Amino acid sequence: MRKSLVLAVLALILAGCGEESMPVQTGEVGSVMEEATEVGAVEPMARVERLRVATTTSLYDTGLWGYLEPMFEDMYDVELDVLYAGTGKALDWGMRGDVDVITVHSRAREELFVSEGYGPERVPFAYNYFLIVGPADDPAGISGMSPEEAFSVLMENGEAVFVSRGDDSGTHGKERSIWTAAGYDYETEVRTAGAWYVEGGSGMGPTLVMANEMQGYTLSDIGTYLAYQGDLDLVPVVDQGDALLNVYSVLQVGASRNPELSAALVEFLTSSEVQQLIGDYGVEAYGMQLFTPCAGQNIQVAEECSI
Amino acid sequence: MFHLIEAFGIALRMIVSGDTVVFSIALRTLLIASASTLAATLLFVPLGCLIHFNSFRGKRLATGFIQTMYSVPTVFVGMLVFLMISRTGPLGGMGILFSPWAIILGEIVLIFPIITGLTISALQGTGKGLEDTAIALGASRRTMVLKVLTEARYTMFTSVLMGFGRALSEVGVAIMVGGNIAGHTRTLTTAIALGVGKGETASSIALGLILLFLAMMVSIMVNLLQHGGNR
Repeated sequence: MRKSLVLAVLALILAGCGEESMPVQTGEVGSVMEEATEVGAVEPMARVERLRVATTTSLYDTGLWGYLEPMFEDMYDVELDVLYAGTGKALDWGMRGDVDVITVHSRAREELFVSEGYGPERVPFAYNYFLIVGPADDPAGISGMSPEEAFSVLMENGEAVFVSRGDDSGTHGKERSIWTAAGYDYETEVRTAGAWYVEGGSGMGPTLVMANEMQGYTLSDIGTYLAYQGDLDLVPVVDQGDALLNVYSVLQVGASRNPELSAALVEFLTSSEVQQLIGDYGVEAYGMQLFTPCAGQNIQVAEECSI
Repeated sequence: MFHLIEAFGIALRMIVSGDTVVFSIALRTLLIASASTLAATLLFVPLGCLIHFNSFRGKRLATGFIQTMYSVPTVFVGMLVFLMISRTGPLGGMGILFSPWAIILGEIVLIFPIITGLTISALQGTGKGLEDTAIALGASRRTMVLKVLTEARYTMFTSVLMGFGRALSEVGVAIMVGGNIAGHTRTLTTAIALGVGKGETASSIALGLILLFLAMMVSIMVNLLQHGGNR
């Protein structure tokens, strides 16, 4: 009896591994690992081409990539692996050659990526705006101010909680540039300002959830805020100011093992059909546009004002 | 509170109705943990035996070191494996980062100390007396080794199950080298981590219940085996 139990367990493990090891022979990671919904499309032993895109969390948490992914996969007969991370980490993956394409939102760091030779160019494809969101009763009284003024008031107040991404993401970079514009040194004055300044260290969605739990303020892109709004008590308190412009770009990674498909993904995102879809994305669900498409348009002027 | 109860209800319905996404994630998690446990068993049970049955300089030091590594943090292993298999790393040529193979490799490294160390403990547990008696009664070394292995088989299998349990429930390796890619490297633990952050309470609870169930099955089997060994 006991022996048969042991044998049964071993058999189970072996069976599991038998299936598991099938894709090894193909040299690629196979479809055993696909979600059930995708299984039908692929032969179990088929060699599947994969392309990796690393995206900033806001384009993931809003569901935009989940919406565009199957279209690209159908169009090019490829498995698109979408990895989410802060802009800093996504660019780092690109520098290491671990991903093929990057969609992020930090102009200065993207330009550095290109100038250091890690990718051919930076292609802006959509923009929206950042918001400072906070509790409806606005304990620090920053409603309607410019972002720089609002940050100064938070610093003087010293009690109202502000949750920072604190993860070297594009949003975190934007927050730091607003602190600088407000006249504070980020490392020596902001990070050490006191318990009210919380470094969350997570993506945009989790940071909004954290700010909501603490009834504090945070800087969020409008897309993620709208996507999470249903679960939050936070309201937009500051939504005017040039500093709040948020431009998303796509970058091809020079070291990509699949340059043709990487280029195809850039072309896909900037094509007029997909630009239209990006502009319409979320309009029905949230009653307003999450992303304004801008591929091929001259948003240079607006960007320069914002930095 | 009502929200939580409601989410719990939806979670149970997802499990009962066999929600395809939830179950494909559970299946993937089982496959990955099984593959890494099998590979680790084939590699490290023999290693544990070699260490136990042979005398060499530094044997106690090696055993002590392996056994203090039981609690090696999963994020540390995740970081190490990431740096090894990233394309700029020494094993970058394999190109397995952000694939299930990366998670399997990471979990093999993670459970190496548990399986090796507990195998050594299991063999030691039979007592020096058994080995000495066998030799004294004129048994060959081969017979003595077989005798000890037979005596320790239940405890040895327990060590394998402990490794499986750790592989099943860890999150650090899976998220760092797997990347939590939907339909590809998303496991129960990484899906829960993402789901809670996104406020997807019901599906997170469903995944959590399945994970809890699997972990409890492992514990129950460990218990059964220990009874078997004691009888």
